[in-house]
Amino acid sequence: MAKITFNEELCKGCGLCVGACPKKILRLAPVRINLKGYHPAECEKMEDCIGCASCARMCPDVVITVER
Amino acid sequence: MAVVFKKTSMLTDTPFHYCPGCTHGIIHRLVAEALEELGVGNDNIIGVAPVGCAVFAYNYFNCDMMEAAHGRAPAVATGIKRVHPDKVVFTYQGDGDLASIGAAEIVHAAARGEKITTIFVNNAIYGMTGGQMAPTSLPGQVTTTSPYGRNVEHCGYPVLMCEMLSQLNGPAYIERVSVHDVAHVAAAKRAIKKALQAQVEGKGFSMIEVLSTCPTNWGLPPEEALKWLQENMIPQFPLGVYKEI
Amino acid sequence: MAKILMKGNEAIAEAAIKVGCRFFFGYPITPQNQIPEYMSKRMPQVGGCFLQAESEVSAINMVYGASGAGARVMTSSSSPGISLKQEGISYAVGAELPLVVVNMVRGGPGLGSIQPAQSDYFQATRGGGHGDYRLPVFAPASVQEAVELMAVAFDVADRYRNPVMLLGDGMLGQIMEPVEMIEERKEPLPKKPWASGVPEKEGRSIINSLYINPDECEQHNYKLERKYQEITKNEVRVETIGCEDADVLLVAYGTMARICQRAARDAKKELGLNVGLVRPITLWPYPYEQLAKCAAQASVKHVLCVEMSTGQMVDDVRLAVSDMKPVSFYGRPGGMVPTVKDILAKLSSIKEGM
Repeated sequence: MAKITFNEELCKGCGLCVGACPKKILRLAPVRINLKGYHPAECEKMEDCIGCASCARMCPDVVITVER
Repeated sequence: MAVVFKKTSMLTDTPFHYCPGCTHGIIHRLVAEALEELGVGNDNIIGVAPVGCAVFAYNYFNCDMMEAAHGRAPAVATGIKRVHPDKVVFTYQGDGDLASIGAAEIVHAAARGEKITTIFVNNAIYGMTGGQMAPTSLPGQVTTTSPYGRNVEHCGYPVLMCEMLSQLNGPAYIERVSVHDVAHVAAAKRAIKKALQAQVEGKGFSMIEVLSTCPTNWGLPPEEALKWLQENMIPQFPLGVYKEI
Repeated sequence: MAKILMKGNEAIAEAAIKVGCRFFFGYPITPQNQIPEYMSKRMPQVGGCFLQAESEVSAINMVYGASGAGARVMTSSSSPGISLKQEGISYAVGAELPLVVVNMVRGGPGLGSIQPAQSDYFQATRGGGHGDYRLPVFAPASVQEAVELMAVAFDVADRYRNPVMLLGDGMLGQIMEPVEMIEERKEPLPKKPWASGVPEKEGRSIINSLYINPDECEQHNYKLERKYQEITKNEVRVETIGCEDADVLLVAYGTMARICQRAARDAKKELGLNVGLVRPITLWPYPYEQLAKCAAQASVKHVLCVEMSTGQMVDDVRLAVSDMKPVSFYGRPGGMVPTVKDILAKLSSIKEGM
């Protein structure tokens, strides 16, 4: 079981984490936007997360924390 | 559950100003983590920021930082290292800063075997100033100062810094890496650590050239920029270790 | 200390070492070559660092780094090399870095000549780099004074955290004169809690001249401006010789002042003129008040500014004297040095007009 958390206000909605996730469980929030007006990244199925931290390693703004 | 990945304390809390998807941010993280893992402590590290997109690097690296004039970071770092030979000194520079205006400074720092580590971010364009052609722009690459595509007959070929500097005796470690996918990001971090280790062991000058994206000025969405880098930049700038003593 | 015969360039280098300068970054250019040469020999002997850079541009940036790292550091060059260093000097002013730059001026412009000149006055006092900034500029007229002013230069640089220039010329650098070298500095160098990598550091040191927000850059400029006002208040130095009841005042600095001193003495005999000499030692801050006071004397009929150039300091002389008295200029550029005879001829034509 693993868990990722996003520091949402710093996310710029660039999508690099979405592409990097091997389990394809990330997406940009379709509606919600953060204070800067970006659609922040979010995890659709946390239960499938394996805690590999690929998303965190591809994030240019270091907004993802990974627990396992 | 234990935390397996979190932001390094070697980065300050100041949010990066970089454009969405710009891989400068990844490279900052790799350098910061590598510095932290050296275990010498923040107070024993001094970094030199360039003029370019990374001009605000002094707000991001949680150690003593100096802002150098455009292209002069290796000279500033030389001055620092001569005063504090026991400190870890690094420069963080873009391709305009290092391969264009600062070409003499980097060549001579390398030739001197200056015991500093240079992180050379190559995104084949001038980002901060709005997308002009850089010495590393690819043949045919359209930029705001090569609107018809870089014409090699007119303004020559990309500068190959790793290939050039590895001919000198001063460098101890030179490698070119990329950050276009997770595997390469991990490899880039290993390279940066080796370069810093070469400095700590006093072997000589070390430089890691990191191929990086510029979604805004390439005019590509971030993920496509990673693909463009892989398909176009890597053939022009082959990855690999160019010098290791 | 006993007097020893020393070449100007070497005496200046030794003086820097005596006051604790342990870092020198430079580049060869005539007529200041003996400074880096001397430093390359002496620095290793005192545990210091001499490094010849690939260019003057690189050298001034090495100085920037070393100064930012808390060291007492200097560089030297000559006119064309000083032009290359202007950007670096402007950055050092913006980052409030103490350092000393020695300029042994040669004939200009362009490649010019290698003989002595004073044609870098504007560059030195008005700032050859970009932005609102000033450099305290010291102009020695002898090797002895150059040695003493080096000590002053480093202290002023540290006191105000600003680059300082010592403005000499090819002659001052090349001549040999008896010199009583200054004593080895005993007190420790001043603490620099703002510097990188120093034990007395307070938190993260950031050496920077970038203020991307204009309001912050404005405030930074006002802070520097207050510094210049402070320097202007405290650091003006001038020498006046025979100005009491003089008929004519000569205004000259450095090597030129020594020649004028002789001309003033001869003018008494040959022209029956009382000629005084006002010798600015700091070219910035300029001794406007002292010059004005001398010129205001009823006896003074004329002020003659003499330079090894086509006239640069004469602007400041006019600022000081304004319309009190007529001001005229005599000078020779390009490395030619006005002779006593030249000056006497000019004084005699002035006398006729009086």
